[in-house]
Amino acid sequence: MLDTFNRVFIANDMYKVYLLGLKNTLYIAVGACILGFVIGAAIAFVRIAPKNNIVIKILEPIAKLYVTIIRGTPVVLQLLIIYFVILKSLNYIWGGVFVGIVTFGINSGAYMSEILRAGLNAVDKGQMEAGRSLGFTWGQTMWRIILPQGIKNALPTMFNEFIMLLKETSVAGYIAIIDLVKASRMVTSQTMEVFGPLLIVAVIYLVMVLGLQRVHRILERRMGKGDR
Amino acid sequence: MTGNEKKIIDVKNLYISFGKLEVLRGITEHVNKGEKMVIVGPSGSGKSTFLRCLNLLETPTKGQIWFDGVKITDKKTDVNKIRQKMGMVFQQFNMFNHLSVLQNITLAPMKLLGLSKEDAEKRADKLLERIGLSDKKYEYPRRLSGGQQQRVAIVRALAMEPKVMLFDEPTSALDPEMVQEVLDLIKQLAQEEMTMVIVTHEMGFAKEIATRVLFMDEGRIVEQNPPEEFFSNPQSPRLKDFLSKVL
Repeated sequence: MLDTFNRVFIANDMYKVYLLGLKNTLYIAVGACILGFVIGAAIAFVRIAPKNNIVIKILEPIAKLYVTIIRGTPVVLQLLIIYFVILKSLNYIWGGVFVGIVTFGINSGAYMSEILRAGLNAVDKGQMEAGRSLGFTWGQTMWRIILPQGIKNALPTMFNEFIMLLKETSVAGYIAIIDLVKASRMVTSQTMEVFGPLLIVAVIYLVMVLGLQRVHRILERRMGKGDR
Repeated sequence: MTGNEKKIIDVKNLYISFGKLEVLRGITEHVNKGEKMVIVGPSGSGKSTFLRCLNLLETPTKGQIWFDGVKITDKKTDVNKIRQKMGMVFQQFNMFNHLSVLQNITLAPMKLLGLSKEDAEKRADKLLERIGLSDKKYEYPRRLSGGQQQRVAIVRALAMEPKVMLFDEPTSALDPEMVQEVLDLIKQLAQEEMTMVIVTHEMGFAKEIATRVLFMDEGRIVEQNPPEEFFSNPQSPRLKDFLSKVL
């Protein structure tokens, strides 16, 4: 047992392979998480904004189409299309990690928009009316009154999405990124050990997810001041 | 200017429909400074919609509204500025649940009137003292009773120092034992020359506080009179019928 661990992790600086995988997985997950949140927030905004603005009227069907297409196709397919078709046709060699961030960010943005929209819509309509009746604009009321309560509503589903996103990046190996899963396969091919490397990578994922859950709990407590 | 000086709200020929449903069918009415106008009527008569039109929470389909000499139904008018001068109190209180009582009151004066935090809190402290809830200022709304929440909601509107207060069935969502504390606060305000428009089902309260009572039915103002006359000598059959059911 110890001997196996030594061979798949310590000997020949094998842990460096995992570290490389971990680094890439984290880059992609964190980058995509931020990008996804920004895209999701923008789409959610377009979809709940009052429809008396011409720009919003034009953007709304585009936003809907985006969500439909992204949610309607597998993320692996999106990864392959963006890597082999779109970016290759631009005749530009992009780093795999960058492509990963863009793809998973675009993907997560579609889901995130629905999560945020649901959270914001769950805030009682009277809150908007109360804000407007005091003289706040729609935007001010949204920012100061609806958003803080809506984000709190959306927090559990948001973290669910973050966790899924983190784990979904494990398909990044399809475009030759060395992520955690790919790293484990590389160790296997050098040491002929199958189970050990997979187990190690599984533990690393689990620890990261536990960390996310912890952040979720902290945020929930901090935002839950107004409850009860 | 002579005749108009007294009018603070002037409504001309107001119509509103939601889809095919005509809710207001031609309302022409005005509110004088210092007046306490109470609107009663069966549910679905359009009284709440009329009130919500006054600060444009509902957009009229047709007709004009002037507030303090400004035509607020004009597209060029900044509605947000107008609303700062018209406080509104809702049936469901609509406290900002993520903010403390103090923050609920200081938010608008700080962000909209440009008051410093100290000045806004001084103003809030005075208002809270007046309603006897100074000890609750750091509490969050959900820990307050309905009556307490509604009283805070009233002073939240007062903190903007409005010229008019609009009350949309302020006691309808309250437990019976909490109705009085809210009505008492509104009565106090009435004695201070505040102009008020109140939609309510509390007939005793209407009788006591109103300078004028309006009866609405099917989107029109059917009858209006000073309270003594209104309740003791109703003219139209609809109002007679209504009063016989609620009194």
